[in-house]
Amino acid sequence: MAKRIQLPITDNDIQDLRAGDSVLLTGTILTGRDAAHKRLYELIEQGAPLPVDLKGEIIYYVGPAPAKPGYAVGPAGPTSSYRMDKFTPALLDLGMKGMIGKGARSPEVIEAIVKNKAVYFAAIGGAAAVIAKSITAEEIICYEDLGAEAVRRYTVKDFPCIVAIDCLGNNVYARK
Amino acid sequence: MQIREIDSAEVTAAVKKLFTDCNYFIGEDIMDALEAARQSESSPVGKSVLDTIIENDRLAAREEIAMCQDTGMAVLFVEYGDRVCISGESFEDAVQRGVREAYRDGYLRKSVVDDPVFDRVNTRDNTPAIIHTKIVAGDKIKITAGGKGFGSENMSAIKMLTPAYGVEGVKKFILDTVRAAGPNPCPPIVVGVGIGGTFERAAQLAKKATFRPINTKNGDERYAALEDELLAEINKMGFGPAGLGGDTSALGVNIETSPTHIAGMPVAVNICCHAARHACTEI
Repeated sequence: MAKRIQLPITDNDIQDLRAGDSVLLTGTILTGRDAAHKRLYELIEQGAPLPVDLKGEIIYYVGPAPAKPGYAVGPAGPTSSYRMDKFTPALLDLGMKGMIGKGARSPEVIEAIVKNKAVYFAAIGGAAAVIAKSITAEEIICYEDLGAEAVRRYTVKDFPCIVAIDCLGNNVYARK
Repeated sequence: MQIREIDSAEVTAAVKKLFTDCNYFIGEDIMDALEAARQSESSPVGKSVLDTIIENDRLAAREEIAMCQDTGMAVLFVEYGDRVCISGESFEDAVQRGVREAYRDGYLRKSVVDDPVFDRVNTRDNTPAIIHTKIVAGDKIKITAGGKGFGSENMSAIKMLTPAYGVEGVKKFILDTVRAAGPNPCPPIVVGVGIGGTFERAAQLAKKATFRPINTKNGDERYAALEDELLAEINKMGFGPAGLGGDTSALGVNIETSPTHIAGMPVAVNICCHAARHACTEI
């Protein structure tokens, strides 16, 4: 049975989640992938303010396809998370509470998840059309010039994902 | 010798349709394999992921929307009849125009940047496409095309093996590449393998292999047996659907080969996600 979580996610929610749990998220999440992460990371390195406050947020690694007329958003499945590994610990240190993507993470990211009491969710790669049904609205927050890679705010209702790495460091991708 | 004239607009229309079709409609070969895997998968999570993928692909086809947000870099294999003459614009321009129109009018994602290292500015129309052209005898143009997503493309590899490695070395390199890819390339995957030729020929054959329907076998029974053996080995790795565990890590392994040099045995492994999109047409 999937656990329903109302966003913003709380520390109590995060402490109750275990790797392998099915979850349905409702509320709002941010989007961002390679190019946006690179820009945010460069600002952090310079000590400059970010165009978006990450505190308490969940960031979804996605570059959606355009929406067909009559649709709130285009197909929007997760992209491979490992490409964001270099940037993720710095974002978690700023108070970001979670990520949604697909695939394994580096030991540094797992360590940062545990240290910051955060959570990493996996959505099903290649299920973009189905996932888009749980996204009801979108708004561009920054980096519009990046097109599909711009940072958006998605309003989601029962967005389906699985806890891939929990706040204790348990990892669904770990296998012998 | 009779020359056949083909209007470039016909090429553009055919290319446009190939790219919208392959992004909306998963091939029967893949859907059949997904449904068969749904029956045989022993992991409950794996079954549930396969259900979601099947539901996703049916939804995309029904609503004519992209099955995956990564609608890929456009790749075409063209067999161009030597008695064809294109009127209007050039063949190259006609193909690129078809790609541009498909990605614009078909609500497909534009995923191409102009310069790979320094600028990385999106070209905003998903061009240029990668076009592999072979001149063949005849008066037709055959185009096999697909949108290649990069989650899986990034997991691909090539190695210049030497003859002493033998078939065991070939198997080891292919399995090592798939194992290193693990949960990342959106399993269950399709594995395209190119063996022989030169460095670039092996890579090109591997891509071509990913475009071959997975319900077909290599014509040489030794390679056909190798395809079956590798598929079975990959499915013992345990990555499973979406990498969440299970016995469906791959749907198919396709091998294509080419004559090669006495000193060489190049092997290229091109990994494709379960959204293995390919379509074919003849003009």
